[in-house]
Amino acid sequence: MYDAPLFTERDVTANTIKIGARGVQVFYGDTHAIRDVDVDIEDKTVTAFIGPSGCGKSTFLRTLNRMNDTIDICRVEGDIRLDGEDIYDKRVDPVQLRAKVGMVFQKPNPFPKSIYDNVAYGPRIHGLAKNKAELDEIVEKALRRGAIWDEVKDRLTAPGTGLSGGQQQRLCIARAIATEPEVLLMDEPCSALDPIATAQVEELIDELRQNYSVVIVTHSMQQAARVSQKTAFFHLGNLVEFGETAQIFTNPEDPRTESYITGRIG
Amino acid sequence: MTDASINPAVPKRHGSLMSADARTAKRNAAEKRFQMYGMAAIGAGLFFLVVLIGAILSSGIGAFQQTFITVPVYLDEAKLDKKGNRDPAEMAKVSTFGYNPLIQKAVLAAVEEAGIETPLKKSKNMKALLSASAAAQVRDVVLANPDMVGQTVEFRMLASSRVDGYLKGRVQREDVARDKNIDAEHLDLTDALREAGIVSKGFNAGFIFGADASESRPEQAGLGVSMLGSFFMMIVVLVLSLPIGVAASIYLEEFAPQNRWTDLIEVNIANLAAVPSIVFGILGLAVFIQFAHLPQSAPLVGGLVLTLMTLPTIIISTRASLKAVPPSIRDAALGIGASKMQATFHHVLPLAMPGILTGTIIGLAQALGETAPLLLIGMVGYIATNVPDGIAAGFLSPNSAMPAQIYEWAKRADPAYYERAWGGIIILLVFLLTMNLIAIILRRRFERRW
Ligand SMILES: Nc1ncnc2c1ncn2[C@@H]1O[C@H](COP(=O)(O)OP(=O)(O)OP(=O)(O)O)[C@@H](O)[C@H]1O
Ligand SMILES: [Mg+2]
Repeated sequence: MYDAPLFTERDVTANTIKIGARGVQVFYGDTHAIRDVDVDIEDKTVTAFIGPSGCGKSTFLRTLNRMNDTIDICRVEGDIRLDGEDIYDKRVDPVQLRAKVGMVFQKPNPFPKSIYDNVAYGPRIHGLAKNKAELDEIVEKALRRGAIWDEVKDRLTAPGTGLSGGQQQRLCIARAIATEPEVLLMDEPCSALDPIATAQVEELIDELRQNYSVVIVTHSMQQAARVSQKTAFFHLGNLVEFGETAQIFTNPEDPRTESYITGRIG
Repeated sequence: MTDASINPAVPKRHGSLMSADARTAKRNAAEKRFQMYGMAAIGAGLFFLVVLIGAILSSGIGAFQQTFITVPVYLDEAKLDKKGNRDPAEMAKVSTFGYNPLIQKAVLAAVEEAGIETPLKKSKNMKALLSASAAAQVRDVVLANPDMVGQTVEFRMLASSRVDGYLKGRVQREDVARDKNIDAEHLDLTDALREAGIVSKGFNAGFIFGADASESRPEQAGLGVSMLGSFFMMIVVLVLSLPIGVAASIYLEEFAPQNRWTDLIEVNIANLAAVPSIVFGILGLAVFIQFAHLPQSAPLVGGLVLTLMTLPTIIISTRASLKAVPPSIRDAALGIGASKMQATFHHVLPLAMPGILTGTIIGLAQALGETAPLLLIGMVGYIATNVPDGIAAGFLSPNSAMPAQIYEWAKRADPAYYERAWGGIIILLVFLLTMNLIAIILRRRFERRW
């Protein structure tokens, strides 16, 4: 069967929309944390969310894999589609969604288990490995891509919580990519890292872009400029401006964006 | 600002570092004072603990020793097996009354053999030295081994509680004048028999493993049967309250929506923990015995009542330890696509385990020492004289429990029971300390894994 529109969409690979959000509103009880946000997250692209503290970047990021479901008072309205499917549909199991849309948190949160088990946990519960050898391979690959393999290869059975903060964060990244997600959400992944580890993670993000779509929340303008192709600027729960990173940083349309980038608000 | 403070021209605001200024001195003094109060409080606590343990040990340690009379007894065929066919059924017709004269004679013979001078020349006079249980002991042995009849067999029999008390210093010569159970001559004889090695003090296994005895035989009373009662109750409590309590806590803490209903449940659980235990007793009486017709005084019912009492403790401590697990662990698990149940059972529960175990063991220890609810379901006051024959009987046949047994002994008039009550407390404390030790060891074990 020939499907013309799909074909044309495939043609412009760089612009395939992975996640489309329309009219998203998020409430924490009576607090209106996200107001009417429209965003398109493209496939094989790094999208950066920037904005002053408390503007709702994390909140919006968490709506994309329904992590907000765990907060009782949180209510999400609007339409968010992953590959055209409404992720808030009744039939969607958030567990399946989160296997496709992985997440790295701001604070490193390794499980209090061995380094190996940390990374192997996801593949295990999703049944990605048929046997021990395959699992070993997945773990090694993930740790290599997390830029931490060399540091931990001799102590895979040591507890993940015994690593330094930066190592823990890279372990968490390795853990997230071990399940082969299609989208990776990263909430300030480098806030606990030194410049060298940050550079490694940024390199990793750039590499992940070959296959995945990455969304990264960051407070570092330089980082956003370095790693992202698209940037979204949030302010007080509104999406103020969204566009090509180069354009946002060199020629923002909105005066609020300009003041934030130049350091006058935030 | 920084420039100004390193500029020597600006006068120093704080004076020399080498001496404390008035404010700092005052603060330090307050801190010292507070530490002193704390140390004094700990000192007082330790002092009372030492006094308590000292009192318990000095009053109760005697119960672990008992006085025995060891004599050869001639098992007269003419008295015990008149027909001579060694048929146990036939021999069982001879009651303990038939054995008493033989034993008393045996003691008198031993007295004469040892060459002891005493005005007590009749075998009947020996009765006061022996426990009333001696005849039953000999009879049981004989019925079990009918071939012994006609032989002379050495028996180690319990001495009477007066003799035992005399050896332990509880019975004084001054008291004896007013005591119709024993005379001064008996005490003289006891001294002589002790010299001769016939009367001796030994370890009292019967106290730990034996059954309770009637009011007049304190020397025979033991905690063993009621210990079994407590054991079966604890099994019921553990088997019911741990899974129910943990499941309820996990549901409330991890799955239930936060709304008015869960708030209400939470408040009520907290209230239940504060309900006096006797209320659970009367509830158990009404529901388990009068309504459900479960047997009275049975460890099963006791266990059910104590389960009701222990559940709030376990739920509260389990919820507290689940709450203490950082939410980031749940996020981490959910973030890589674990279900809520996987996140809970793979990550949260193992971390909460030490707390849950501690709470459970503390709840069990509480239940083990609980007396009041047992009062109402008939376990207090039940004379636990029979070892349950089998597991089912252990749960269903009437029994007492350790604290109930201690209470029972403390109520009895004979001062010999006073010592038993303290001894029982020592055993109970050993159990409680062991449980706490297990809690600590388990906690260490679980913590070391990570
Ligand atoms: N669990 C919550 N319950 C109630 N309000 C919340 C909760 N989480 C966030 N908020 C509110 O939502 C708003 C957005 O918070 P959010 O964490 O998304 O900000 P952010 O942009 O990520 O800030 P930061 O850069 O400091 O991480 C804030 O006003 C915050 O107070
Ligand atoms: Mg944030």
